[in-house]
Amino acid sequence: MKKKNFNIIISGIGGQGLITITKILAKAALIDGFDVKTSELHGLSQRGGSVETAIRFGSKVDSPLIRQGGADLIISLELQEALRACYYASKDSKTMFLINDFVKSIPGTKKPDKSQVLKQLKGFSNKIALVPATNICKKELNKEVLAGIYLISLAVLKGLIPLKAFSVLKAAKKIVPDKYLELNLQTFQLAQSYTLSI
Amino acid sequence: MEEILSGKTGEKIILLGNNAIVRGALESGVQFVSTYPGTPASEVGNTFFRIAEEAGIYFEYSTNEKVALEAGAGASFSGLKTLVAMKNFGLNVASDFLIPLCYSGIKGEMVILVADDPNCWSSAQSEENTRGFANLAHIPILEPSDSQECKDFTKLGFELSKKFKIPVMIRETTRVALQASPVRLARIVKAKGKAKFIKDPHQFSTMPPRVLEMKNELLEKIEEMRKISEKSPLNQIKGRLRSEKMGIITSGVSYLYVKEALKELNLKMPVFKLGFFNPLPEKKIQKFIKKLKKVLIVEELEPYLEKETERLSKNINPKLQIWGKNVLPVTGELKPEYVISALAKFANTKPKFNFKSHLRKFKKLEIEKRFPQLCSNCPYWLIFSTVKKLAPKGTIFGGEIGCYMLAAYPPHKMQDYLFCMGSSAGIAHGIKKATNQKVIAFVGDSSFFHAGIPALINTISNKSDPLIIIMDNRTTAMTGQQPHPGAPAKGEEIKIEDIVRALGVKYVKTIDPINVKEFEQTIKEFLEKKEVSVIIARRACIRI
Repeated sequence: MKKKNFNIIISGIGGQGLITITKILAKAALIDGFDVKTSELHGLSQRGGSVETAIRFGSKVDSPLIRQGGADLIISLELQEALRACYYASKDSKTMFLINDFVKSIPGTKKPDKSQVLKQLKGFSNKIALVPATNICKKELNKEVLAGIYLISLAVLKGLIPLKAFSVLKAAKKIVPDKYLELNLQTFQLAQSYTLSI
Repeated sequence: MEEILSGKTGEKIILLGNNAIVRGALESGVQFVSTYPGTPASEVGNTFFRIAEEAGIYFEYSTNEKVALEAGAGASFSGLKTLVAMKNFGLNVASDFLIPLCYSGIKGEMVILVADDPNCWSSAQSEENTRGFANLAHIPILEPSDSQECKDFTKLGFELSKKFKIPVMIRETTRVALQASPVRLARIVKAKGKAKFIKDPHQFSTMPPRVLEMKNELLEKIEEMRKISEKSPLNQIKGRLRSEKMGIITSGVSYLYVKEALKELNLKMPVFKLGFFNPLPEKKIQKFIKKLKKVLIVEELEPYLEKETERLSKNINPKLQIWGKNVLPVTGELKPEYVISALAKFANTKPKFNFKSHLRKFKKLEIEKRFPQLCSNCPYWLIFSTVKKLAPKGTIFGGEIGCYMLAAYPPHKMQDYLFCMGSSAGIAHGIKKATNQKVIAFVGDSSFFHAGIPALINTISNKSDPLIIIMDNRTTAMTGQQPHPGAPAKGEEIKIEDIVRALGVKYVKTIDPINVKEFEQTIKEFLEKKEVSVIIARRACIRI
């Protein structure tokens, strides 16, 4: 992490809390002394459709958008949305995928075949990790929406994002509303015990 | 207290472009803020709505953007420092007043924030480019690139407005408005002094022949301001001329893509970054292009800067090769890779990354489209399914702007036409006059107040018989649940049914769509009426 910026795409579906986790990572990057930019969309695109946000940090960030094939890490909160994010993935950039093993079916289409999706993703990345974040959060904390927090916690704890775990926690404390903070901290703890296989 | 208010001088915090505009206004001592919500400008209003009381500022959600601008102008005429915010289509609504307002000028400083939405991420209706108002209204326009500039340009906007006594526009695009980046804070200023409207019809009454004098005064102000633009650090050239004699002119978020592209391609050439879109620093541009062999204009949407550059090059460098829309799209937003590819062609080089083959590979993926849709418990589901079930075959469904436009997507597909706010009933009237087909026009509650009432009056006074369904979910839902006159944050509400009845509509019924039987019966009954009928389908948005 010297000259090159670190580029993260978060993809998912409107309502999965992408904007909150984007804010947390951006704040953590600032705490760690980086320049940082994020890009998000509001309004129509938040209504249950496909959504993505971009976070870039490093010594100096210009564009708020990540170029085609230029992501270092793609965190997808849904399996099919990981495919859509392939626009930003490439083997040149050594893009890593961290994917929530969760499918939100699209009305009028057949359920995607997981192995087929993974096969397609392999054309764009050699590093793919599938994590049942929604299931874990549902089972342990009874709240599916924490899957995003779980995945960024995991990414930071396992060194997939060059930010300090302490800074991410500090950022979360400032951004998450008080009444949800405890749950978010529990999610972070929960991610610590997960063994990630790539 | 929120960080945007509590943040101290010198501190660096991350702000969305829109919130940086808010902070810039606070640091300028803004006193009066009005708006009508519209993405990608909505956060300006949302933030002021939350902090206005604590900050000691007057804030209102006005009925529509024209009224917001008029309210702001009234405050400004009385001496207050004013900010008015809206999205691009809002400026169309406000334009009837904006143009004479630029003629008369203002008293208290006034900044107008307008956000365009290239790519229509959160917009139906059109991919409008507000830059067109530079020539139409002769309004000064500043274009920031990032959040720091959003704050700085807002402050400069207030200063220019004070000096020239005219409103100054800050034009954002989606990737500026919803870009978050660090901003260095300065002190929040509290303006003092009492407001008073001092009569001065010479300034504020735009009657002819005085109005023509006013136009000349405005044109003179713009030429005077051009002198500032010529010297302003907002319009600056970065990098020096090299033997290839190539250069770039750009502004706004496109500038950031240009910087990215130069790095990616490992190229060096001078970049003229414009902060002023109007008035343009014409002499400085001429001086820049005079020595160039080729210039690349990087701008989103229509080629305004490109045409200006063409005009300015005529006498001083007629052989200049002007590149721009020959390598960049007119439709849709720019992306870093578009600028990288365009710059590579311009400089006769190749990008390291093969965008074309990557795109071909990406397009081969089997990805199903995931359309936005109504929230799972949204009361609109009930309304659309009931209407679809009962409307006779061939019924025309008229839509407009709000969450109900989502009915255009599957599974409903119930928007046979869809334009701007207020238009569903307006068009329905014309169809009913021209044909004997059945028409059901959907109008949102906030839209009804915004622009629906004149259209309803027209169906009454010019006698036509569409069925109008007012989708009253007790909020301005699509833009983030802002209040409106029928569902105010505090105080007495204005009842939609009272307005409809007062206009003389005989067939009016307010129904909770959960009462499906009653709803069905009323639709059946009203569709047979030979005059306009109105159903107010009332059930609150699940998000409030």
